[in-house]
Amino acid sequence: MDAPHPLLEVRGLARHFDVSKRSLRSLFGGQRKFLRAVDGVDFAIGRGTTFGLVGESGCGKSTIAKCVVGLYAPAPRSIRFDGLDVAEQVGPAAKRLKRRIQMVYQDPYSSLNPRWRVRDIIAEPIRVHRLLPEGSQLRQRVADLLHCVGLGEGDGAKFPHEFSGGQRQRIAIARALSSDPEFIVCDEPTSALDVSVQAQILNLMIDLQRQFGLTYLFISHNLAAVAAVSDAVGVMYLGRLVERGPARAVLGQPGHPYTSMLLEAVPDVDGGSRERRAIDGELPNPISPPSGCAFHPRCPHANERCRREQPELLTSAGGTDVACHAIAEGRLSADMLTASRSAATTGTERGWERS
Amino acid sequence: MALLELRSVRVEFPNRWGTLVALDDVSLELAPGETLGVVGESGAGKSMTGAAVMQLLPPPARIAAGEILLEGRRIDDLPAAAMDKIRGRRIGAIFQDPLTSLNPLFTIGDQIEETIRTHLPVGAAEARERALNLLREVGIPAPAQRLSAYPHELSGGMRQRVVIALALCAEPSVIIADEPTTALDVSIQAQVIVLLKRLCRQHGTAVLLITHDMGIIAETADRVAVMYAGRVIEIGPVDDVVRRPCHPYTKGLMAAIPRLHRSERRLEQIPGAMPSLADIPPGCAFHPRCGMAVENCSRKVPGLHGRGLHRHACALAAEAT
Repeated sequence: MDAPHPLLEVRGLARHFDVSKRSLRSLFGGQRKFLRAVDGVDFAIGRGTTFGLVGESGCGKSTIAKCVVGLYAPAPRSIRFDGLDVAEQVGPAAKRLKRRIQMVYQDPYSSLNPRWRVRDIIAEPIRVHRLLPEGSQLRQRVADLLHCVGLGEGDGAKFPHEFSGGQRQRIAIARALSSDPEFIVCDEPTSALDVSVQAQILNLMIDLQRQFGLTYLFISHNLAAVAAVSDAVGVMYLGRLVERGPARAVLGQPGHPYTSMLLEAVPDVDGGSRERRAIDGELPNPISPPSGCAFHPRCPHANERCRREQPELLTSAGGTDVACHAIAEGRLSADMLTASRSAATTGTERGWERS
Repeated sequence: MALLELRSVRVEFPNRWGTLVALDDVSLELAPGETLGVVGESGAGKSMTGAAVMQLLPPPARIAAGEILLEGRRIDDLPAAAMDKIRGRRIGAIFQDPLTSLNPLFTIGDQIEETIRTHLPVGAAEARERALNLLREVGIPAPAQRLSAYPHELSGGMRQRVVIALALCAEPSVIIADEPTTALDVSIQAQVIVLLKRLCRQHGTAVLLITHDMGIIAETADRVAVMYAGRVIEIGPVDDVVRRPCHPYTKGLMAAIPRLHRSERRLEQIPGAMPSLADIPPGCAFHPRCGMAVENCSRKVPGLHGRGLHRHACALAAEAT
């Protein structure tokens, strides 16, 4: 009767870590401190699409990834996968769910067991979930998977150290594919790779998505890599989403001052003569985040309300959901942000004076 | 006259089975006040180039051929004691990871003052004064308090600012910056690049900027040298190389960089990966990955050629222009 529900639905996801000093005093009711790694995040990913999550280090991207794949137990009703509450799935149901969600990690040097042959690495999810019996069928499946990611059948007998970074990431992708999942969480899958190899891996992911109808949660600090693969994008700052929307809108005409500044900070290969304007200030300490909007100490548009009150995600005129008082009140618009970005791009002197 | 000059430098790693060649016939010139970018993927030899200049090659690597000249005088054959007087004094260094380039057991102030007093004939009070000014110059808030801070008390961006202050403290004429922003977040990266640009302009310092990030090169360098498998395969003014690359590798590299605003999904890609030092292909090292390669490419190593300042090492691209 209503639209098909999204494959993954995250609602009010939070993950707080207790960072109080371990001492008797804290046991007897001393002040406890929490690091709010993820603090109330909502997003949904439609089947067959890619949701890109961007943000700087420490903003909680990887914590979300770990919650989604179940490495951190999510709170009840915070994550729904294909209509199922992930927190409710226990025992065999949890295992069935895990077959459908796989993960590709950042560092292909530490995510593959150096003592296992590649064919065993790839076959592990098949064996764990007892998808195929040992023997020719399993061997054929592993060969097919190697072929899928652009490796040869003979590579199955080798060990991870015999491969380059890009090839190892292909092995990690083959392993993620082997349990025939619908959803793959990719946590910085290309940030350990060189540019030319990064392009190969991103293309491979796009091709595999088309071939198998996969759904991706793609996490990266590289905005351009996110732009290359994502349908929708969420921008995180200190454990919260500050902007969310279609990739083209968020990266083309961002509504949040932080997104705008992040885009401006990306070095532009084609710009050549552009003076980069830096974002002032640094990421605040997540243990004692600023009051109100966490971005206010770095934001040129902040006022008293921003210092006091935490903004909620609201749909803006530009078509993205933005958590910003200045945008919500109409003090600021996406057009103004775009105008200030292009003003920075043109008419500024070249950084290095030629002698 | 070039401030820093590398003439056909060859760096070798002798090992039990033979010799690995990390740098082969690398020639670069750095003019006073100029910023020369050295760009390449892992294993291209860009860090090795910086290390060779500073005599900081990891053993057993050694300079097997060629010369390195600073202000016209050879420095590659200097004994270690003489090199100590050049390193830090006339050639400053900034490395990738600011946490490992600072000593965790000494305060920021101690480290800067020590460096100043090692290289310049000043007393303790003046060294402290200079250290304070340097910290102020690199944009560290509350510099007087920071002098007594330890490296772990600062954030990554602040640490890298301290490292820049250390590199500048003896007013060197050249700074070798090896991936100075790679360990930093995008927004902090921009701050550090803007700072480095401003300081080097003010002090007239030349920079050898080593990075894998073409975007940083495009914004900050005057000229750029593209390296592949231990050789310079294209060199020229940054706008020419970035906008009109000649070598198929540079072309591929530029096309492979994801852009924020591009409609089509798939990226251009170069097949394969950078060869390891142990099996660099004969002839042009790029030929197995090159779409244009002909039989001759695997026979003869092409030298740098071309018109004016923009030169490249592709036998076929030459015929096209």
